[in-house]
Amino acid sequence: MEYEPVIGLEVHCELKTATKLFCGCRTTFGNEANTQVCPLCLGLPGTLPVMNQKAVEYAVKIGLALNCTIAKYSKMDRKNYYYPDLPKAYQISQYDKPLNYGGHLDIVTKEGTKRIGVTRAHLEEDAGKLVHAGGKAGRLDSSDYSLADYNRGGIPLVEIVSEPDLRSADEAYAYLTALKNILLYIDVSDCNMEEGSLRCDANVSIRPKGTEKFGTRTEIKNMNSFKFAKQAIEYEIKRQAALLDKGERVVQESRLWDVTENKTKTMRSKEEAHDYRYFPEPDLVPIILSEEYVQNIRKSLPELPSAKRARFVSQYGLSDYDGGVLTSEQVLADWFETGAKHTKNAKGLANWIMGDMAAKMKEQEKELKDLKFDQKKLCELVDLIEAGTINSKQAKEVFAEMFDLGVSPAEVVKSRGMAQVSDPKAIETAVDKVLAENPSVVADYKGGKQGVIGFLVGKVMQASQGKANPKLVNEILKKKLDA
Amino acid sequence: MELHQKTIHEVSADLKAKKLSSVELTKAVMDHLEKVEPKVQAFITITRDEAFKQAAEADKRLATGKDITALTGVPVGIKDLLCTKGVRTTCGSRMLENFVPPYNATVVEKLYSVGAVSVGKTNMDEYAMGSSTETSFYKKTKNPWNLNCVPGGSSGGSAACVSADQAFASLGSDTGGSIRQPAALCGIVGLKPTYGRVSRYGLIAFASSLDQIGPFGKDVEDCAIMMQVISGHDSKDSTSADIPVPDYLGEMRKSVKGLKVGIPKEFFPDGLNKEVSEAVKKAIEELKKQGAEIHEVSLPASPYALAVYYVLAPSEASSNLARYDGVRYGLRVPGENIMEMYSKTRAAGFGPEVKRRIMLGTYALSSGYYDAYYLKALKVRRLIKQDYDKAFEKVDVIATPTAPNPAFRFGEKTGDPLTMYLEDIFTVSINITGLPGLSVPCGMSKTELPIGLQLIGKAFDEATLLRTAYAYEQATEWHKQKPSLKEA
Repeated sequence: MEYEPVIGLEVHCELKTATKLFCGCRTTFGNEANTQVCPLCLGLPGTLPVMNQKAVEYAVKIGLALNCTIAKYSKMDRKNYYYPDLPKAYQISQYDKPLNYGGHLDIVTKEGTKRIGVTRAHLEEDAGKLVHAGGKAGRLDSSDYSLADYNRGGIPLVEIVSEPDLRSADEAYAYLTALKNILLYIDVSDCNMEEGSLRCDANVSIRPKGTEKFGTRTEIKNMNSFKFAKQAIEYEIKRQAALLDKGERVVQESRLWDVTENKTKTMRSKEEAHDYRYFPEPDLVPIILSEEYVQNIRKSLPELPSAKRARFVSQYGLSDYDGGVLTSEQVLADWFETGAKHTKNAKGLANWIMGDMAAKMKEQEKELKDLKFDQKKLCELVDLIEAGTINSKQAKEVFAEMFDLGVSPAEVVKSRGMAQVSDPKAIETAVDKVLAENPSVVADYKGGKQGVIGFLVGKVMQASQGKANPKLVNEILKKKLDA
Repeated sequence: MELHQKTIHEVSADLKAKKLSSVELTKAVMDHLEKVEPKVQAFITITRDEAFKQAAEADKRLATGKDITALTGVPVGIKDLLCTKGVRTTCGSRMLENFVPPYNATVVEKLYSVGAVSVGKTNMDEYAMGSSTETSFYKKTKNPWNLNCVPGGSSGGSAACVSADQAFASLGSDTGGSIRQPAALCGIVGLKPTYGRVSRYGLIAFASSLDQIGPFGKDVEDCAIMMQVISGHDSKDSTSADIPVPDYLGEMRKSVKGLKVGIPKEFFPDGLNKEVSEAVKKAIEELKKQGAEIHEVSLPASPYALAVYYVLAPSEASSNLARYDGVRYGLRVPGENIMEMYSKTRAAGFGPEVKRRIMLGTYALSSGYYDAYYLKALKVRRLIKQDYDKAFEKVDVIATPTAPNPAFRFGEKTGDPLTMYLEDIFTVSINITGLPGLSVPCGMSKTELPIGLQLIGKAFDEATLLRTAYAYEQATEWHKQKPSLKEA
């Protein structure tokens, strides 16, 4: 049977505030275990949380960037469960009154732009980190002992929950990419999946194509890159389809993505049956935001990727695709736009950025900040081609030298004596010489074999050491032969 | 009168005048404390050495004459659920038998900042859950008026130590009556401030939306002195209110002429103890004599207060006490796996009353029951609040009995938790509404046990409570009587 996948994503994004959500401890990644903790982080009795205002601001930014309604009244709740990485045995989160709700995010699919609903984006605290030693690796219940590091505990998180609007692993991948791009644009998170500042869980179910009713879903956890997320969702769709085809049922459960075996696996069933006993956090007051506060944050938002893309298309005459590529990362968009100030041929600049420059950066594993040349120099190259000073073949050589050494294209052209010869008289002399040296070819041409002109052009170019303007050579040759 | 028997306002003048040193005063109190402690058993930890260090520091401060308040150099007791840096804080529980906090509660910090001297950590019902201090893991504190009777609870140690002159004043906490009821049973003054008046930072939580720290004093003036120091906004407690603190001592001395006192009929039910009822009514007569107007008010939802309380408080407690899991601090009983460690630790660390309330609260918050219990209780909480709002449109202060009976005997109510819970019947609605309440001695039973008058005020109007209580106290002698420290 043909099935339609139904996918919803939950993305946890660590905010890059200087301090934690409820205390003054630092949030730096990678420091020695338990060096960024205080009595509150360790859940000592008597400690009380105090809300980090910057975290609320960042969370509202996320809500606005995802077109959410920002709640004028929201509150924190306690999510109760026992686990050694959770020192209070409850996580301070948001339950029925999230800060942001009812938003959406547009993604680009093969069929065009698709709008994905964002159910909510709420604020909560991160848990600590456990390292399990000995026994069956990676599991608390089977390890010889476990070590707890509470440095991460209490770092502010925003959980972004999508509607079940995604219909394929590719769409899920596109959603994640677009979401990460927005989060980087508004500068609220490092979005570093290796360091865990961006994490993702997927709810996946399938249903016979053409039906409405949702199938039984599974939740996939532990997908620590977008690539793994895509693979895991693809695997899970196939696994569920195979079950249904055999007449079996999908069990509602949490599953882990196993990177080594490339499959999803059942998590311990005990861990699923949670009753979190949510209730309002009595140690914190509700979050009440004024219209003015929200508007001020709205005003502070930078231009978001979708708006920037549309502007690039209209302002610089780029194709929608090129606009999409150049706005896929804010640093890239900024790099392009700074460059566009230095040339009239923005499209030419865009082509170089997305073409040779991207290829060479990929090949040499370089980022924009590693480049030895700036936008001005690349524009110089674009303008040299535009002016006909060098031809495209020469341009590639010049670019390579600029890329490797950071030298100015004009200087390369000068020092190598590359400037294209566009003087008709000089070309005429060369043409005459070639015609005189190749009478049989001239005869062939006149006899009707017009294709031989290419050979003659080549000879002229060779004679000029590649510097002659090929367009002019062609014109002059034709004129003389046809005369 | 011996030195330890005096009040703060009596000794502080001598301290300021350097007629008396804090070390002398502390020695007098400490000697008496240790002498009677075998009888009273008010303390879990006595901090003799620290006390003398603090007294010496206080004497240096007194010598300079700078930054002196009425509490400078004065020995006080601290309930053992207020975190004290370097001094173990047990919360009356085996779970925290060896827990030494690395920080001071804000109220403790405030007391220290004015040079008060701590004599020790007082006994209490385990995690403040109880009305007799009998659920303490450590000891049974005796009522100084009759050593066969309970001191009330949960702040039984804090009340008994002040009553027995083991400290000039003390700090307690009140979640459902835990300051006012033991104050009434021990014949002293106890004040539960408005929710948010005093920072809860460093108070080991029982029920966060109800807990409030407050003082015990030998008389109203001493309570006012303590309130002046501990009140005020604290950036470490988001629920503490940023509202100016009035001059309590100044306000206290104003007349009650024209003051409107409300009497809620719901607090004088038919079956009420005759001695209690008569003592409270006499006290109201005294206020009337001084020019207060007496009005009957109605608080129709108050019969539901106890039910609301026993849903909300255990619910919050079930979450607040979940952190005692043996992982990071406190008791740990090893197990084969993490679940076994959790359950063995909690089974051994908590006493039966705490377990009962954790189970009650866990049940009330469970999915499928939340709406019927927790949410319903929140709705009734609002109705109770509305009753008080309405009553306070008419009156300035409400007068009721503090406890339904004078002190009872050990074991009398431990068999049936519900009879114990009824001890809080007149006090819980004040925690539910967040209003301030004060208990002041207003009589003595035939069996020589004290009776308390409860005064309830508008939010953040502790000043009117102190004024009313002070006016009453000035006309009576109850607060001057001293307990026998005998069995009867």
